[in-house]
Amino acid sequence: MSRAITLATARRVLNQLRRDPRTIALLLVVPALLLSLLRWLLTNQRANFDHIGAPVLAIFPFVAMFVVTSVATLRERTTGTLERLLTMPLNKLDLLFGYSLAFGAVAVVQVGVCAALALGPLGLQIAGAGWLLFVVGVLDALLGMALGLFLSAFARTEFQAVQFMPAIVFPQLLLCGLLTPRSSMDAALRAVSDVLPLTYAIDAMQRVTRSSGFNHQIGIDLLVVCATAVAALILGAITLRRRTA
Amino acid sequence: MKYTEAVRLRGLRVVRGGREILHSVDVSVAAGTITGLLGPSGSGKTTLLRCLVGVQVIASGTVEVLGTPAGDPTLRRRVGYVTQAPSVYLDLSVRENLQYFAAVLRAPASDIDTVIAEVGLGPYASDVVNRLSGGQQARVSLATALLGAPELLVLDEPTVGLDPVLRRDLWTLFGQLAASGVTLIISSHVMEEAGHCQQLVLLRDGAILACDTPDALRRQTGADDMDEVFLRLIEAT
Repeated sequence: MSRAITLATARRVLNQLRRDPRTIALLLVVPALLLSLLRWLLTNQRANFDHIGAPVLAIFPFVAMFVVTSVATLRERTTGTLERLLTMPLNKLDLLFGYSLAFGAVAVVQVGVCAALALGPLGLQIAGAGWLLFVVGVLDALLGMALGLFLSAFARTEFQAVQFMPAIVFPQLLLCGLLTPRSSMDAALRAVSDVLPLTYAIDAMQRVTRSSGFNHQIGIDLLVVCATAVAALILGAITLRRRTA
Repeated sequence: MKYTEAVRLRGLRVVRGGREILHSVDVSVAAGTITGLLGPSGSGKTTLLRCLVGVQVIASGTVEVLGTPAGDPTLRRRVGYVTQAPSVYLDLSVRENLQYFAAVLRAPASDIDTVIAEVGLGPYASDVVNRLSGGQQARVSLATALLGAPELLVLDEPTVGLDPVLRRDLWTLFGQLAASGVTLIISSHVMEEAGHCQQLVLLRDGAILACDTPDALRRQTGADDMDEVFLRLIEAT
């Protein structure tokens, strides 16, 4: 592992993103617009907005990071730059941590914009602290990023990578406990829900919504989210092969 | 230098998808020389080069590069590799690409301007790569391989699509590099480029047709033009 190479990779990824202002705008503006739309939709149902605002705030960055990173890493594979890097003295984790740093920085800005908008102009009321909403949101975005990095290994084209979004993300959205409480799910579905990482990401947001302060339940949720993200990165490193057929 | 043979292949076989791509290939390349790997499209040139840089799974045989088994981590800084399709970041500038790869190779920052000048991209250093022509993009990819003063350069069709002046300039550069002790292995399907090489490896259908100096091959076949040499060698087998 080399800190210099990790940082150089992060800088390179951010430079590439800088050349693509439309993607930056989409990453920053779309979640904010969707949150505003939700607030408008629930104009006469303030309690509902307060109830689902924080979990929804976590979902947008999660999904956006998943798609952007899976396409970015797939592009690295298909353009041959990945093969070139793997012939160089670069540890695979240098590359993945570099990506994580760069997209983590994007997630910080993205979640920051969303949280400021939700808690400010949109008037979202939560029992927990605003900073906790922000931290959980960023960690959830990093989870989406790590899953995207890992799963891009199984896509051969950008079409396939984009289709992983409905295939991987939608089931987690349905089963995470946002549409229907987990307690009222069929036992089998609940068991599936128990092993899906987004469940814990959303649970953390629901706890921030309901309870003030940091409790150990949120701690466990965030531990699961972080552990899954790290595991996905390590599995992602294993899928990068220096020698291919 | 602890090696006299920069490359030593013995009984190299590569099988891909049940089909044998390289059939027991033996090649030796002397250090500090230019070797041309010539052969028609589909003859196995790229596969052979991939074996040298250690990215190809091989079925059997040995591949030694700079006195070390190919793919050894210590070789990653000593071997430069240019793939046929330019493998650089299209959405970065020429300089940004080189800055990144120099950081990965831990090459000195001064290398960046040197290699940009060597491939003649000085006026385009700040241009984003996807706005450059195909030949210019290929030269960005070549410049990347020159970073960090590698001892062996493995170049897959580096001169395709370049105008004659640029081709001449690049062959002059390759000659200078060889004179300074760098070993170059350059694949091409353009037989006229053979004249720039000290050694030629003619590959056809995954087997070595001939491996000698251009003059020796001309004498052996009595042909002057490399295309004709190739034809006569095929007819003789």
